[in-house]
Amino acid sequence: MEKLILRRIDRNNEEMVLNFGPQHPSTHGVINFIVETDGEVLKKAVPDVGYLHRSIEKIGEGTGYPGFMPFTDRVDYVAAMFPNEGYAIAVERLMKIEVPRRAQYLRAISCELARIASHLVSLGTMAMDIGAFTPMLHGIRERETINDLIEALCGARLTYNYHRIGGVAYDLPEGWKEKTLAFLDHFDKFLVEFDRLISFNEIYIRRLAHVAVITGKDAIDFGLVGPNLRGSGVDWDVRRDLPYGAYEDFDFEIPVGKGFRGEVGDCYDRYYCRVLEMGQSSKIVRQALLQIPEGEIMAAKVPRNMKPEAGEALSRVESARGEMAFYVVSDGTNKAYRVRARTGSFTAMGIIEKASAGLMIADLVALIASLDVVAPEIDR
Amino acid sequence: MTTSEIHDRLKARFGDDIGVPPETKGEPWLPVKRERIVEVCRFLKETPGLDFDFCEDLTAVDWPKRNVIEVVIHLLSYQHKHALKLKVDTDRAAAEMPSLEGVWKTANWFEREVYDLFGVTFTGHPDLRRIMLPDDWVGFPLRKDYAEQGGWHGITNERENPLVELKRLDDVARAEQAKNAPPPPPPPAAPAPAAPPAAPSTPKA
Repeated sequence: MEKLILRRIDRNNEEMVLNFGPQHPSTHGVINFIVETDGEVLKKAVPDVGYLHRSIEKIGEGTGYPGFMPFTDRVDYVAAMFPNEGYAIAVERLMKIEVPRRAQYLRAISCELARIASHLVSLGTMAMDIGAFTPMLHGIRERETINDLIEALCGARLTYNYHRIGGVAYDLPEGWKEKTLAFLDHFDKFLVEFDRLISFNEIYIRRLAHVAVITGKDAIDFGLVGPNLRGSGVDWDVRRDLPYGAYEDFDFEIPVGKGFRGEVGDCYDRYYCRVLEMGQSSKIVRQALLQIPEGEIMAAKVPRNMKPEAGEALSRVESARGEMAFYVVSDGTNKAYRVRARTGSFTAMGIIEKASAGLMIADLVALIASLDVVAPEIDR
Repeated sequence: MTTSEIHDRLKARFGDDIGVPPETKGEPWLPVKRERIVEVCRFLKETPGLDFDFCEDLTAVDWPKRNVIEVVIHLLSYQHKHALKLKVDTDRAAAEMPSLEGVWKTANWFEREVYDLFGVTFTGHPDLRRIMLPDDWVGFPLRKDYAEQGGWHGITNERENPLVELKRLDDVARAEQAKNAPPPPPPPAAPAPAAPPAAPSTPKA
């Protein structure tokens, strides 16, 4: 267990190897970074992941197709709607099930609410990591309202298990639409307040601007996705570029980093892309609620015991942490032959070793927070 | 570009090392010879018109019946918005293929994961270590014939039904309670309230 020993390499300078984690509050879960520093400056930080590996992919081979749905929640429990949706779409492609339009709208509504909730946690804790405590409370306060709304929708506040293969589990409760629209009105005002509180705070900007710059080329090469990719100036969003579900019907913009306060691809760009994305998500939810068609919420004739033909399917959804792909292989029986979840956090961790070289230790915290990694999503 | 168009371009360049796209109703893919995979991938990444700059996923599927572990590579081009799936067969007994880390950096971690969970060795990989599991783990869990090891460093992976444990705790608590409970009051105590003058003479329990 060499990595657990804190040791000095050389008495003459300040080089040290130390463990940052796995129980460090700013690693966002159980991740260990083996950090080589020279005084306060990092030589590199090597992530050591796997503490939360629960072999979800193996479990997927043992449960039936519908039975795996609650497990997908645990792939990313900060925004559990997205793995739900990704898995559901993959199996629907295998089974050739057409999802009713209303269900697709409900999926979009629930997912965008989950995206807002996830970004609120991410941005709040990011501010807390940097040293500002109050924005976290503001973020969690708004998220609480979203949790209440989602609880009214599907009965759960964290692991939603709302989507089903072929549709969604429940229709909108009575009065939910009005409540949500009222919340969105409030939320748009909150975003202005949040910007004034933290985004345009001089100290905060100085902590993030020009820190840990990731170029667009590197971002693509290392497979960054979602806000991390867009923060580096790459204009790509699965919702717009490879549309799925109801997203073709909505009018929204994709915020792309352009050096809002520093340069393209720094921590502030990644941060501010998320703030702007919350506004766009709010716009999508509003449109979806106003346009939602009447109809069924589950496809007709979805068998309980699913036996898709032998074959395979890949689904891509734009999760809060970027592109999430579910690759499901069927061998014709009622259990999946292979389930694979490709998640954004996993690839985001891969770039830390490169991006952390030369940073200050305090900036490593900013880098990790700005990549918005969620430990269970890395390990699965 | 569709998979068959890409297949034609690859065929022109690499000949028979690119297999025929199998007849499938689902998503098409291209089988690629293991020895040429790095060249093929570099060609796919660097040729104008193909531009597969994003290695979306690299994973594997174990097929004991065919005695292969199939490495599945999903590629995507941001510029042209087209996707491609490549499959490379490796022998189960000595699973090995060249590393794609030199083509896409993201393959580094994906390959470590496949190595960890399937036991495919990627030759030329700069840092091929287990990623999810401890370094001294035995076996490759996502293989179909994986047998659990019964524990790791004294941490067992067998656990009795929690209900059994709860019942035992309950029984212990109940026995404890019965032991500590005050003995039932002697019979004369019962009429005590009815006969106040007799109370002082009642022995205390």
